[in-house]
Amino acid sequence: MATRLQRYLSPPAPTSAQDEAGQAAGPTGLASLTGHTGPAGPAGGDTDGVAVRVRGLRRSFGERVVLDGLDLTIAAGEFVALLGRSGSGKSTLLRILGGFDTGIEGDVLAATRRSVVFQEARLLPWTRALGNVTLGLPGKDVAARGRVALAEVGLADRERAWPVTLSGGEAQRVALARALVREPDLVMLDEPFGALDALTRIRMHALLQELCRRHRPAVLFVTHDVDEAILLADRVLVLADGRLSLDVPVGVASPRLRSDPAFAVLRSRLLAELGVDDVAEGAR
Amino acid sequence: MTDVSYLPATAPPPKAGPHGLPPSAAGSAATRSAAGETRANAAPAATTPTLEDPTGGRRSRGTRLSAPGWIRRLTGPAVLFAVWWAVTGTGLVGGRVLASPLAVARAFGDLAGDGELWNNLSVSLVRVGWGVLFGVAAGLVLAVLAGFFRAGEHIVDSSMNFLRTIPIIALLPLIIVWIGIGESAKIFLISAGVVFPVYMNTFAGIRGVDVKLVEAGRTFGLGRLGLIRRVIIPGALPGFLIGLRWSLGVAWLLLVFAEQVNTDRGIGYLLTSAQGWNRTDIIILCLVIYGLLGLLCDGIVRVLEGSLLSWRRGFSGT
Ligand SMILES: Nc1ncnc2c1ncn2[C@@H]1O[C@H](COP(=O)(O)OP(=O)(O)OP(=O)(O)O)[C@@H](O)[C@H]1O
Ligand SMILES: [Mg+2]
Repeated sequence: MATRLQRYLSPPAPTSAQDEAGQAAGPTGLASLTGHTGPAGPAGGDTDGVAVRVRGLRRSFGERVVLDGLDLTIAAGEFVALLGRSGSGKSTLLRILGGFDTGIEGDVLAATRRSVVFQEARLLPWTRALGNVTLGLPGKDVAARGRVALAEVGLADRERAWPVTLSGGEAQRVALARALVREPDLVMLDEPFGALDALTRIRMHALLQELCRRHRPAVLFVTHDVDEAILLADRVLVLADGRLSLDVPVGVASPRLRSDPAFAVLRSRLLAELGVDDVAEGAR
Repeated sequence: MTDVSYLPATAPPPKAGPHGLPPSAAGSAATRSAAGETRANAAPAATTPTLEDPTGGRRSRGTRLSAPGWIRRLTGPAVLFAVWWAVTGTGLVGGRVLASPLAVARAFGDLAGDGELWNNLSVSLVRVGWGVLFGVAAGLVLAVLAGFFRAGEHIVDSSMNFLRTIPIIALLPLIIVWIGIGESAKIFLISAGVVFPVYMNTFAGIRGVDVKLVEAGRTFGLGRLGLIRRVIIPGALPGFLIGLRWSLGVAWLLLVFAEQVNTDRGIGYLLTSAQGWNRTDIIILCLVIYGLLGLLCDGIVRVLEGSLLSWRRGFSGT
């Protein structure tokens, strides 16, 4: 896999027409982030109903190899949680899928209509909350759509607020609204709720689930929180040593309760995979 | 809850080493109690902290009676004026050395009365106006070229950094050779001085824009123009305004020099001729006018900052 790859130069195409609400995204438009294959899909690979397809992805910073032959497929509408220790390369993978990192080897395809909620909110400080939500949004009634999105994250009354005056959690909710207002086929979230208080977090989980149920985007959700991963995801991945060391479906019946034995079993397994002593963790 | 009652009163106090737990800790109730006892002995009693009002009494009251900002900003000049009045009024300094406010006011009345002052002032203002306009435009264009394009940076930035080190006044002879001693030479000199602060600060502003914000803008569908308009220009604006304020100061400074070379109009001309006539009242009048114009320019930039940078919530002094 030492192919010299072309660079990904053009910015991601702006999201355009809205999907019919409530419909699972059909065949997703995939963009090759390496320019290796056309957007219609690589020859010999079936990309129907796939939002992300990664084969043999390798990324190194100098001597340090962060991603080493990583394979990953995410189906359209699938909610995938990505766990991993700090520094294991989760954000690096998201940056690559976002199209920001061109120093990669391997095949990477990701839905053309994708959006990101970053680890820090990354709001433009000189643009008010509403302007940040509608940033780069094409089409008509942009402000109205932005207001709806802000209302969905509970910030209807803060649309004229400057980002410096928002609390960390509020800023992150604006960032969430900004990602969701585009009705993307793929949403990538990088520890989006880490800065939120426990109550808001629960509300955000419900909100995220509700929005996912309605629009059915594929979701790649990076988190440190094993419980959060089990509560939300259809499938949980663990990133370690540059590849996915674990890839398990969440077989816990919904509503997912922490008291469910299946929950506890999966939790122990994931914690063990992350190298955390389950007993010590549980004793806290 | 430490139960120590089982211990005989005569029991030796448990050893309180750095790790005061007995090595034989096997989980029995007795050992745990002993351990608790050890800890209780080893831990020093909590000292009573000294308390203070974290604001130190610096409470900002919403309804505090205070003068509007521009009045407060005039306090400094007002103090200077009072000192001036006191020094000249008490005869501490003679009128030939430093004219009194009254004499200056009289000179103002004379010069304003026959229109000479307004003539000279308008000529100077026009020179500064054109000079700043050309200088700011050139500085902005160069900063944008150097800020956006790699090639632009290589060509422009190094040249600007080289030219910057040349004292602008030293260019005057060359300017006279090139474009003579007319109006254009004066405007050129001012522009040449204004270019650098605008360029340096705007370039730094463009380069200081957080790359993460550029990334975010790109994710959400901003094209090249959209990025420049929504991310880079607003991000570079604080730097540009600093450069603008600085350049206005430079412009007035260079005006004085420009108007000392073969001129028959302008505040600088008035100043030079007053020196010839030994009229300190007119000299002081010119200086006061310079000061007021400087203050005015500062005020204009301040208003610009207030309206353009209202999104910032920076430290504003205590
Ligand atoms: N631009 C870069 N240059 C050099 N090293 C980098 C760069 N970006 C990331 N790294 C390194 O790659 C590794 C993975 O970083 P990454 O940000 O992906 O971790 P992460 O899994 O997101 O961690 P966290 O959970 O703490 O956010 C880290 O060791 C980091 O130092
Ligand atoms: Mg990270």
